[in-house]
Amino acid sequence: MSTILPPSDVIWWKVPVDRSEGLWVGIALLWCLFMFAMMPIWHIYGNQNLSNEAYRTHPEVFQDKVNAMVDAHTVRKETQWNVPVVKPPVGSDVYMLGKKWQWYPALELKKGESYRLHLSSMDWQHGFSVQPININAQILPGYESVMTITPNQAGEFTIICNEYCGVGHHFMTSKIYVTE
Amino acid sequence: MSSSKALFRMDPGSGLFFNKSAETLMKVNAITAVVFLLIGGILATLVTATRMPTLHTLPTAQFYQALTAHGIDMLIIFIIFFEMAVLYFASTALLRVRIAAPRWGWVQYILMLVGAVMTNYAILQGNSSVMMTSYVPMPAEPLFYLGLILFAVGALIGCFIFFGTLVIAKEERTYEGSVPLIVYGATVAAIIAVFTIASGAIILIPTFLWSVGLVSHIDPLMYRVIWWALGHSSQQINVAAHITIWYMVAGLLFGAKPMSEKVSRTAFLLYILFLQLASAHHILVDPGVSSTWKVFNTSYAMYLAVLASMIHGLTVPGSIEVAQRMKGLNNGLFTWLQKAPWGNPVFSSMFISLIGFGFIGGISGVVMGVEQINLIIHNTIYVPGHFHATVVLGTTMAFMSATYFLLPTLFGREIFMFKLAKLQPYLFGLGMAGFSVFMMGAGTMGVARRHWDMAFTGAPYAFEYPAIAYTLMGLTGIFAAMAIIGGALFCVIAVGTLLFGKKVDSKVGFMGFRGADSYTTDRPPLLERAPADTVSHKDIGIGGFVAPGTFIMALVFLATFVLYYFVNWKYLSSVWGLS
Repeated sequence: MSTILPPSDVIWWKVPVDRSEGLWVGIALLWCLFMFAMMPIWHIYGNQNLSNEAYRTHPEVFQDKVNAMVDAHTVRKETQWNVPVVKPPVGSDVYMLGKKWQWYPALELKKGESYRLHLSSMDWQHGFSVQPININAQILPGYESVMTITPNQAGEFTIICNEYCGVGHHFMTSKIYVTE
Repeated sequence: MSSSKALFRMDPGSGLFFNKSAETLMKVNAITAVVFLLIGGILATLVTATRMPTLHTLPTAQFYQALTAHGIDMLIIFIIFFEMAVLYFASTALLRVRIAAPRWGWVQYILMLVGAVMTNYAILQGNSSVMMTSYVPMPAEPLFYLGLILFAVGALIGCFIFFGTLVIAKEERTYEGSVPLIVYGATVAAIIAVFTIASGAIILIPTFLWSVGLVSHIDPLMYRVIWWALGHSSQQINVAAHITIWYMVAGLLFGAKPMSEKVSRTAFLLYILFLQLASAHHILVDPGVSSTWKVFNTSYAMYLAVLASMIHGLTVPGSIEVAQRMKGLNNGLFTWLQKAPWGNPVFSSMFISLIGFGFIGGISGVVMGVEQINLIIHNTIYVPGHFHATVVLGTTMAFMSATYFLLPTLFGREIFMFKLAKLQPYLFGLGMAGFSVFMMGAGTMGVARRHWDMAFTGAPYAFEYPAIAYTLMGLTGIFAAMAIIGGALFCVIAVGTLLFGKKVDSKVGFMGFRGADSYTTDRPPLLERAPADTVSHKDIGIGGFVAPGTFIMALVFLATFVLYYFVNWKYLSSVWGLS
């Protein structure tokens, strides 16, 4: 019963390691180092990396940026909540805010083109989640994150909230329309 | 209490020596843990019944309230009460020593109990449905935070009693040589616990002050980074504790020795050095933290803590294999495993814990912890799928295994309804494994965690998940029901044993408590070094491998891991370009 007794060898740290164990430690270490290398490698060669660009902001400041974009580029309004659908110029800065309990506004983007998407929260923490492709990012009040997105397929995508934000959590939906 | 007055009894079945003060503390902590497991289990029933699309039981507010209480009662209260019992057991019963500062042990217990009741009371009031994580600036009642702080202070006292007991054992020379591996593992758990509780204090005390209006602002990102140094590290206490229990069961049931003391202890040491970095797992798609920080921390500095778990994953079954081969079960690759006591719930719970933690919890945890892959997993229901495999299938089942061992030895009662106890681990294990895997599947389809309505009723834009996501959530509910029946059975067996189990001797009293007549003031004999092996490692195994069966199982594990890892990279490469 030696796992519950003191080691039988006085100098247990000099007892040689068995082959089954030594070989496994070697294999496992190589796999660990490989997995570690994969993350920097994907930063260099992969196409899906979250940017490190983020700024401190205030809800009012961010709200103004969203409003300016909505005023300039709204193409139509939808749903009983009159959500503006914004069609921003290709390559431009696009703003979206999360608040209790709405994503605002909706977007219409072009397939294969890149946009600088700015995200922030007006109140509590929210989870920006694009379905059904399942891209997810955390949105914090007081922080403005910027990511460059390049939609690679046309269609209708729904934004939902996947950070719990109170009883209206499940009302938070908006759209990203991607056109050819 | 001076050492001359300390009371001890020997348990004839296991040969362990129990110190009276320590024994009582172990019992009250363990019984309280099971009470909270029962409460958490009832809440689990409500939560899963609501998330099952066809039932959708609770109204919105009550769902979030039940989910908040479920998380707190299971992940924090049940587990840490049980860990207090484990720490007192590992220090006193294994080292044959009296407990340091038994009165402080009662302070530990009472603070934790008052804290637990206070936080539950705050949640019950309805204004603290903030989930276990209580992310600011979503507010909870001050009592919610205060309860958690008191609970943590109690747990910290428990850790220091454990350290003090180790010092007394050393001082009074109750054992020979180095401490047993199990005590070493428990020490690792206690050290991680101190780090965890310190992180909790750093973030929860200011948050409490914010809730009463004394602090004006808590930065949400700072909150997340430090809160997770509490939240994730507390799961690392669990890992260290449940791996310690795996080694203990290997020793108790098979007389197993660690394959190498050096390797197992170094692997435990890696936990102390690196596991705390895991706070990063929760910040991978947050703004304001650099990729360099994320990559280094999420990998525990080059996956060295993952390496440690992969080592334990081999050495625990490997040590059992070596012990079985030495007893003559040296034929073929898996005879040692076939002949293991599958009808003994101590063994079956432990082995299911080992396999479930490794294959389901471990692999999914590493994959979702990859900085980029987290983009397609963060905050989906994949996440609770993963951690139910680690914390329930892994930790809770290891604690069930320990309970089946402690009922006769510590509480002096033979297991009540033993036939059901034989079945219980399989029912619970299969239920939890299915529950975890199907939730992970639903998460891959984008289903959100902590979400009342996957149909988005009343939202401006309707969204419908693919039909398969609904099927997976339905299956999650069915397997949850199986796990809940298994969990309820465990509570019935544990409580039934305490009340009705056959007494192992005439001095056992109500609920397994004992009077002074069970103990003597005689000092237990010195805990001697384990006897040397009677069979040489050269005479067992195949082709120079002492544990060839385990080695092959490890290779199967690695193949599964590699395959699943690349499947997720492939899936990631198909989504929109992000930079």
